[in-house]
Order: sequence, then C-alpha cells, then structure tokens
Amino acid sequence: MNPTQSLIKDLAEKYGRKRENLLPILQGVVKQEKYLSEYSMVEIAREIDIPAAEVYGTATFYSFLEAKKMGKYVIRVCRTITCAMKGKTQVIFAIQDMLKIKIGETTPDGRFSLLETNCLGWCHKAPAMLINDEVYTDLTPEKVREILSAYMKKNHL
Amino acid sequence: MANAYQLKRADFVFRNENDYEKILSKTLKRDKQDIINELISSELKGRGGAGFPTGLKWKLTSESKSEEKYVICNADEGEPGTFKDREILSKVPYKVLTAMAVCGHVIGAKKGFIYLRGEYKFLQKELNKAIEEFKYFCNEIKLDFDIEIFMGSGAYICGEETALMESMEGKRGEPRNKPPFPTTDGYMGKPTVINNVETLAHTFTIFKYGAKKFYDLGVQYSRGTKLFSVSGDTPKPGIYELELGMSLQDFVYEFGDGDTKAVQVGGASGFLVPRKKFKDAAIGFKGKLTGISLPTGGSMMLFNSSRSMFNVLDNYLEFFREESCGQCTPCRVGCQQLLLGIKAVKRGDKPASYLEKLMRLTETMQYTAKCGLGQSVANSFSSIVGNFREEMIY
Repeated sequence: MNPTQSLIKDLAEKYGRKRENLLPILQGVVKQEKYLSEYSMVEIAREIDIPAAEVYGTATFYSFLEAKKMGKYVIRVCRTITCAMKGKTQVIFAIQDMLKIKIGETTPDGRFSLLETNCLGWCHKAPAMLINDEVYTDLTPEKVREILSAYMKKNHL
Repeated sequence: MANAYQLKRADFVFRNENDYEKILSKTLKRDKQDIINELISSELKGRGGAGFPTGLKWKLTSESKSEEKYVICNADEGEPGTFKDREILSKVPYKVLTAMAVCGHVIGAKKGFIYLRGEYKFLQKELNKAIEEFKYFCNEIKLDFDIEIFMGSGAYICGEETALMESMEGKRGEPRNKPPFPTTDGYMGKPTVINNVETLAHTFTIFKYGAKKFYDLGVQYSRGTKLFSVSGDTPKPGIYELELGMSLQDFVYEFGDGDTKAVQVGGASGFLVPRKKFKDAAIGFKGKLTGISLPTGGSMMLFNSSRSMFNVLDNYLEFFREESCGQCTPCRVGCQQLLLGIKAVKRGDKPASYLEKLMRLTETMQYTAKCGLGQSVANSFSSIVGNFREEMIY
C-alpha cells in the first residue's frame, strides 16, 4: 500500500465510509498532500465506494480543495471590496516581488503558492491574508515582507 | 453638524457567559411549549440576513414527526463585510452551545453541528475545547446532546441553508428547491433547525433575561439588538451592537469620516444607499411604517467620495460570478453577462442604454434564480447603477 492509499484508508477509518464523510476525507488529503491528485480522488472513490466522477465533481466545487499541486505554504490574499480598497494590490505586488511568482503560481522549490480569495471576514482590519490556516491582518507591503521573511527562514522542506 | 441623535448602543451578545450552566439547567426545566412561546413573543428574527422568525422555526421543527432531528449552527459567514459570527464564536462560544442544546431539547434532536467556514479554521481548536467542556456539563445534568464541528472548504453559497446541508452530506454545495423546507426535510432528509450564530446568541439573552427585555429594544417589526460589522471608509471599523430601527443618517453621523458618499447595507447582496437617501433609510426588517427599510445581516460598508462606484460594482460582480454555484442558468450566465456588460459600457463598446438592458436582466434573475444568491444580485446592481449611472459610463 502506498502512502496515499494508507492515508485515505486511515481517514476513512477515522471519519467513516459514507457519502457524508466525503468532505472531511477530502480535507484530510489536502492537508497532507497539499492537493487532490486524480490518483487520490480515484482512491477515495474506491475506498468509500462511489463513482470517481462524484468525488471529482464535489472536490472541484470547493475553492479550498485544490486539484493542482500547491506549495507547503499557501498564501491567500483577500480580494473582496474592503481589502481591495485598503491596498491589497500593493500587498500582492510585494509578495510577487519577493517570491518571483504570479497569482496562481508556486515557487520552483515548492514552498509557496500565491492565490487570491474571496472575503476572509477581516474587513475591519483590511487588507488580510491567510497563510495556510494562519490569519494576517492590517497588511502593508513592509509588514508582508517581514511575515514572508520569517516563513522563508523556517527550515526547508 | 451636531450629533442630534445618539445611536442606541447595547451590550448583550458579548456580555459574560460564565452563568451558562445555570441558564441551561434552568431553561431545560421549563415546558417546551413555554420556551417556544417565549421566543415567539420576543419577535426574534434570524440574524443571518433573511429574517425568518426564530420561534416559528423551532415550533415547526418541533411539530415535525421524526425519530431523528438535527440542530445546525450556520457559521459559514461569507457575505462581504460581515465578521461578527467569528467574534461571537471566539468570545462567547458557550452562549451558542447552550442555545443549540436548548433547541435540541425543544425540537427533540440529540445531535448538533456547527458548520464552520474553511476561512475560520483557526477557530477550530479553541471551539473544540469549549465543546468538550460543554459536553462534560451535559453529561453531568444527564442531557443527551452531542455537538461537533463540520468544516467548510471555501464556498460562499454554502451559507445558504440547503446548500450547507448538501455540503454536509458530501455533495456540491448546490441549493435545493424549496419547499420542502429544512423544518421537515433538512440534513439527511430529517427535520432540522438551522440558525445563524448570532441568532443563537440572542436566544441566550432571551432565556436569561426574558422575552420582554429583548422585545423592548428596537422598533416595531424589528425587535431587539443586532451586531453590525462596520468597515470601509470609517475612522472606527469594528463590531457594534445596536438597537434595530436606526436611521442610516444617524449611523453615518457616528461612523462616517465626514465625507461618506454611500453605504452598502447588507453586503454585496444588499443595497447601496447614496448620501441623499440616508435620512429616509432605516435599518430593520420589512414592515416598518415609514421610509425605506433595509434588512441586513449586519454588514455596513462605508464609501467616501474618493471611491469609484464602478470599481465597487465590478468587485461585487467578480465575487458573484465566482461564487455562483452554476446550477441554475439565470444566475450562472447572468452574473457573467452583467460583469461583461458593465465593462463593455465603461470601455464604450456598448451604449449607455445597454445599462437598462442589464437592469432588466437582473430583474429576470430576481424572479427566476433558484436561491438568494442569484435573486439578490439585483439589489446591489440596481441600487448602484440607478444611483451612480454616470460613474458607470464615464
């Protein structure tokens, strides 16, 4: 059994093998592997005994269940109205400049991915972003450079 | 201009919750019908935005016959400009848990879920701790009620109650046809009460102080207090608990920066009110006798004269285009065409009269879209284009 198969089996043991357990299983795979490969979706379908197309259809509906390989740290910058008004564009420029990637891309070393996302619910402290599950608010280009430097110093993959 | 009127501030929702064990034990001893009647007489309406009477929802679900029923706390707070539910869950989680347990007792449910949006995953750990402690107390008083968190994964539409249930059932978050309503056919086809986080927190206030205390606040048809999430061009963004029924003019005196051009009430799916209409607009549910009445989930975004209303509308439409679940044609195609349409007018590829055509499209969406998302795109579109037409063209 390869690592993906055993991960999926463990998740199915933990959450159950019914259709209503699908989302927690998908979330568990994304947490571990950073995305849902076609292979893992087929394996999930086999494990809980539903068509692979159903797994694919469900997974691709949710913006946090990525079907493309993501970096170790996924940066999601809020693009909704208040953050847009309060300077999210400058924040994104600062990140792009530092990581040398565009929105939707991952750094070649596989550490960072940059995405835009819809309202994060921090409009009173805009602009805001998530790095994985961690929230950062009241961002400025200087502040975001400090935050990213700290991540860059963290031990390599 | 002098502040002629003070907004009626209140402090119930975030008032301490140390006595939740006492309130829970006390309330559980009461007659179920009595609890429902108290909620009905408080006239509490859903605080997620739709404003359905909470007592009636509990009553209808309690009358549905089924061995299995569920209580769901809707914490998929995704409306642009809203962030109050996050604050409630991090500051007074026991109020929400207590309210869920009382609801379970009243309707006959043994299981409750908190559907927490993926963006709020950082809350999960602390919330789980609170749930564990709460369950311990439930065991002590021999109350058979279990609560667990169900994590969302980044989909605005899942805040729509039936889409949320589809999502919990492991499917795409596509809204269901209504009727049947969740009161008879909810999660797993079983009768379900689904309430917004804030609504549940208000029921705690009612259990603690009685319906009259709540009813005495606010105005006719819009009783009680409401949390407002204030953001945008304001010197004091944040969360404020205010009595319902205030005029938008008074709100702007308090929260504006002296140059407020317009306020978006109710998030991207709500209405944009321009300065000249501030004094006629009141914040509350439909049925108020005078002026325009604006129901709201509590999102209040202020824009000053430096903001382009075209950019605001463009941002909303990008949002809706991406968050439309794609299930029904009016919403899926409508959102795309509205976005393309306003851009074409701005570029000069389409004449200004094309805006009227787009207005008619939003009307069609209002009548034919399956759920609140597609139906409410017309609110912001018509209020922005109607009031700031020149900014759309030039």
